[in-house]
Amino acid sequence: MKFLAARRRHPLVAATLLILALGATGAIYAAVATVQPAVAAVGTQTQVEEGKQLYLQGCSSCHGLQSQGTATGPTLIGVGAASVDFQVSSGRMPLAAPGAQAVAKTPSYTEEETAALAAYIASLSPGPAIPTAEQLDFADADVAEGGVLYRVNCAQCHQAAGQGGALTQGKYAPNLMEATPKEMYEAMITGPQSMPVFADSTLPVEDKQAIIGYITALQEASSPGGLSLGRLGPVTEGLFVWTAAAAALVGAAVWIGIKAR
Amino acid sequence: MSDLAHPTEHGTSPAPLGHSPVADIPHRPRVTDTDPKAARRAERQVAFMFVLAMLLFIAFVASFVLIDPQAVVYIPVFGTVGAMNIALGACLGAGAFLIGAGAIQWAKKLMPDVEVVQERHTMPSDPAATAEAAANYARGRDESGFARYKLIRRTLIGAMALFPIPIIVLLRDLWPTPPGSPSPDQILSTTLWKKGERIVTDATYQPIRAADIPVGGLVSAAPADLMEVQEAEHNLNARGKAAIILVRMDPTEIRSQQGDGWDYQGILAYSKICTHVGCPIALYERRTHHLLCPCHQSTFDLADSGHVVFGPAARRMPQLPIGVDEEGFLMAMSDFQEPIGPSFWERS
Repeated sequence: MKFLAARRRHPLVAATLLILALGATGAIYAAVATVQPAVAAVGTQTQVEEGKQLYLQGCSSCHGLQSQGTATGPTLIGVGAASVDFQVSSGRMPLAAPGAQAVAKTPSYTEEETAALAAYIASLSPGPAIPTAEQLDFADADVAEGGVLYRVNCAQCHQAAGQGGALTQGKYAPNLMEATPKEMYEAMITGPQSMPVFADSTLPVEDKQAIIGYITALQEASSPGGLSLGRLGPVTEGLFVWTAAAAALVGAAVWIGIKAR
Repeated sequence: MSDLAHPTEHGTSPAPLGHSPVADIPHRPRVTDTDPKAARRAERQVAFMFVLAMLLFIAFVASFVLIDPQAVVYIPVFGTVGAMNIALGACLGAGAFLIGAGAIQWAKKLMPDVEVVQERHTMPSDPAATAEAAANYARGRDESGFARYKLIRRTLIGAMALFPIPIIVLLRDLWPTPPGSPSPDQILSTTLWKKGERIVTDATYQPIRAADIPVGGLVSAAPADLMEVQEAEHNLNARGKAAIILVRMDPTEIRSQQGDGWDYQGILAYSKICTHVGCPIALYERRTHHLLCPCHQSTFDLADSGHVVFGPAARRMPQLPIGVDEEGFLMAMSDFQEPIGPSFWERS
């Protein structure tokens, strides 16, 4: 203590204290942040009550007072917490306007409100749960195997490079470049909107992790060749080359043809 | 050095160009024709472009040697790109462009710009040569007696008509058909599926129980013995023909099927190969039960016998009758009852 007391006015004291305080804050935050999802996944009685109130205010006009579904919205019995979390946290629900497909936008509910809604819907009838941190851990996933599985199961709609694609009558498979691992996992187990369900029974957790690892690799991939042009393949590349090269050639021809003054 | 060799260097108007007749267009002298300073400037411009091209070619070699092939660099608009790739392309492209640009600048500013008329010979041969060729042809025709010897003429025409037939017959050998092996149309009409053939997930080859597929679920699947056949045949033909998708819908939503009880508790198996031109398709919309082909937008209604509801496909999507074996795994009840994939000549 004498050692510390003697140096309490040392010029490095302020800096040392600051670093210690920042370190402590970071450590506490990290501990809290890792604990958070486990708490959210359980769904306490108060969460269910809060979720019910939010549901009655914001969702029941389309999905019915007992979540039984109406002419304007499907039933939510058995859709599970994962479905609610996916639809609400991505902003797809509540709908801004009726249309071919719910569009991802800024979420209308906070994380706590979303968790409460999910807990309420999950309390009505069993359904797919929100994936745990362990299920979403794709650090050890085989990305190459994920690529094979992605091309067999996902590429037909979401395109080989995850750029999304058109379906029928205005519906579309969304671009995956902004999708989070949790959203990908929830979409696979719940089958939102037109998307079919890829259950754990036929596409086990390791396979889903491999697919998530592959899509994440696609998201992080650089374009060694330059302009990626939306990664849509030879059609856009050909269009770009034909228009850009044709314009450059016309420009060069005009320059050659202008008589020097 | 005479004026003729360097007409512009001394600011004179272009010298007469030998025998080339000058076109009937008034010649307006350029700045470089009249102002020696401008001519010098143009000369320096051209030389500068050529020097720059030289430097770029040296830079190309330097980039090739010095830049780490794995290095990446961020360039606005282009994004993160390979550093060597972009350096090589820029140096070679700009260098080649500067050689061309310099040559054009040289031609426009310094070379003579007098319009000249190019003399050409007339296109037809002269009448004497034409008449001689016609006479030669007539003499050959008369001397050979092609018109006179009717028998020879007709037999020659007959021989020439039969000549291509052996070549056409040889084409049949393009398809190896040793005795007892199936004919091409049999090969196109059959797949690996047979009664009792277990259905497994594509790529992972896991057997599937009915309970594994939830309502709204989609599984890309293959026959269990696909791997052995594929290895024995050294090609992907078996995979291409036998690929199927399994979808499960509420049994009350199934309006019709291609055969009675071909589903298993609402699980339907359809070919994955489009009947238009054979693209593999699995764009299944769980709400409408429509299956959409990404190539030409053919759409099939899987809740209604796989009938075509939109697009260029002319035939419905073939359905595979399925059931479960004694262990509870999904299996095929027979092969497809109609050929899968695009139409072909012998298809009945």
